[in-house]
Amino acid sequence: MIEIRGLRKSYGPDQAIKALKGVDLEIAAGEFVVVLGPSGAGKSTMLRCINRLAEPSAGEVIIDGMPFASPGRRELRQLRRKVAMIFQQHNLVKRLSVLKNVLVGRMADLPGALTLLHVFPESDVALARHCLEQVNLAHKAEARADTLSGGEQQRVGIARALAQQPKIMLADEPVASLDPKTSRVVLSYLKKICKESNIAVLCNLHQIDYALEFGERVVGLAAGEKVFDGRPEDVTQEVVHRIYPGLDDPHALGAARLLAERRGRTAGETPRPAALGRA
Amino acid sequence: MVLAGYRLVVNPPRGPLGWWMVALVAAASAACLWWAAIGTKLSLADLIEGLPWIGDFLGRMLPPNLAYMQNLVRPAIESVQIALWGTVLGVVLALPVCFFAARNLSPHPAIFHAMRQVLNVMRGINEIILALIFVAAVGLGPFAGVIAMAIHGAGMLGKFFAEAIEEIDQGPLEALSAAGAGTAQRIVFGVLPQVLPAWIGVVLYRFETNIRVSTVLGMVGAGGIGFELISSMKLFQYENTAACVVVILVLVLGADLVSSKLRAMIR
Repeated sequence: MIEIRGLRKSYGPDQAIKALKGVDLEIAAGEFVVVLGPSGAGKSTMLRCINRLAEPSAGEVIIDGMPFASPGRRELRQLRRKVAMIFQQHNLVKRLSVLKNVLVGRMADLPGALTLLHVFPESDVALARHCLEQVNLAHKAEARADTLSGGEQQRVGIARALAQQPKIMLADEPVASLDPKTSRVVLSYLKKICKESNIAVLCNLHQIDYALEFGERVVGLAAGEKVFDGRPEDVTQEVVHRIYPGLDDPHALGAARLLAERRGRTAGETPRPAALGRA
Repeated sequence: MVLAGYRLVVNPPRGPLGWWMVALVAAASAACLWWAAIGTKLSLADLIEGLPWIGDFLGRMLPPNLAYMQNLVRPAIESVQIALWGTVLGVVLALPVCFFAARNLSPHPAIFHAMRQVLNVMRGINEIILALIFVAAVGLGPFAGVIAMAIHGAGMLGKFFAEAIEEIDQGPLEALSAAGAGTAQRIVFGVLPQVLPAWIGVVLYRFETNIRVSTVLGMVGAGGIGFELISSMKLFQYENTAACVVVILVLVLGADLVSSKLRAMIR
């Protein structure tokens, strides 16, 4: 279980810009939580404060009962081992093979000197290959990362996160640069892994319809504050306006709900295996 | 400005002076060049007057003494050997410095600036001057040339290595950090794969430059074909000088060819 308590982040001269104004959040193992909010609401900042790519100004992150208040170097590596991240631009090392990119997820656990010579324990290589199978890319293990399509690269990003065997995966707008079809495939894999491996997922999204379709729980952030936390069914027009103040589209929610429901009816709650593997 | 149906589409320079600024800069540039021309005794008349002498000199050089070339094989090979080790040692010297001289990897801005200055000093002193110093230190011969070349080369290689590091995509590095990788792992898996093509290109370019430099190091007694060149001139054996020039041209063009072929292969 992951607990976030009173998370604050300010920056700029005199800490004048307050990106997060005290966010509390509890996420259970295997829970798929979608974070909605306009650009600048603090979605990315929140994720980056959890794995300390950004240093929070106040508050704490507790993972499996272990608080990481102000971690030292060693504790930081321990924290990051339990918290995997999936990036909008996948952030693969383009000139390395797909397999090595997945092995990056193992590095925190591995003896430094050997990995520097590109030598990895057999068990970790097997684990990395298994993670690639989970996203149906085992056949691309030896290919260079930059020969893959955008959707495939993001699936490698998911495999890399999975290879960490984390408690929680942070996905920062994982489908923002993908087309609709590829986006659904990537989100389906993410949800499948969340459920099968019982890993919590905290996923920033911009699309309300994907949030309603894939999220088990929706968290709304606006101007650094949590303005909604509930089931997708409970997202009302009023909630949408709370999350996106000044949104002048009265049909935004209706359209999203219609889309999500129709997809749910035709494709079922979890996409069929046939829908996976492509794109 | 409109003339016969055509319009000059250029914005006037920013600032209150507008076009007057351009005129001012042009006048200042012209004055500066004029001043330098006086200092260097630039004179077309002297050049024209000197043409017969150039002709005379070329006449004495031609035809190159091809028989002399067999004496040049060993020095030419020595030049290539100097360039080879000068390049390798330059890379060895530059490698540990370049990570600290890259703004995005350097642990502290002060270290970054200090390392940049170290590289600037190394690069700032010409190879020939360094060779003079090392001839005095380790004696006449190619080894002095190797050290001189390595030091000057390290200054240039380190700067270009560091600049390549500064241009990498930070995303993969961030992903490595987020996965809990250590600094060495970040460098080996995040930095090196991204900079390697650029680095190889720079090293090959440096090797090409070093071949050119190695052909003149002999003039100060630091080994290679430059020694034969300068001694043949001092003995007024201009046909032999011409033979040296031909061999140097072959070396330089060969290095250029090989290096550009190899650089094309990395892409």
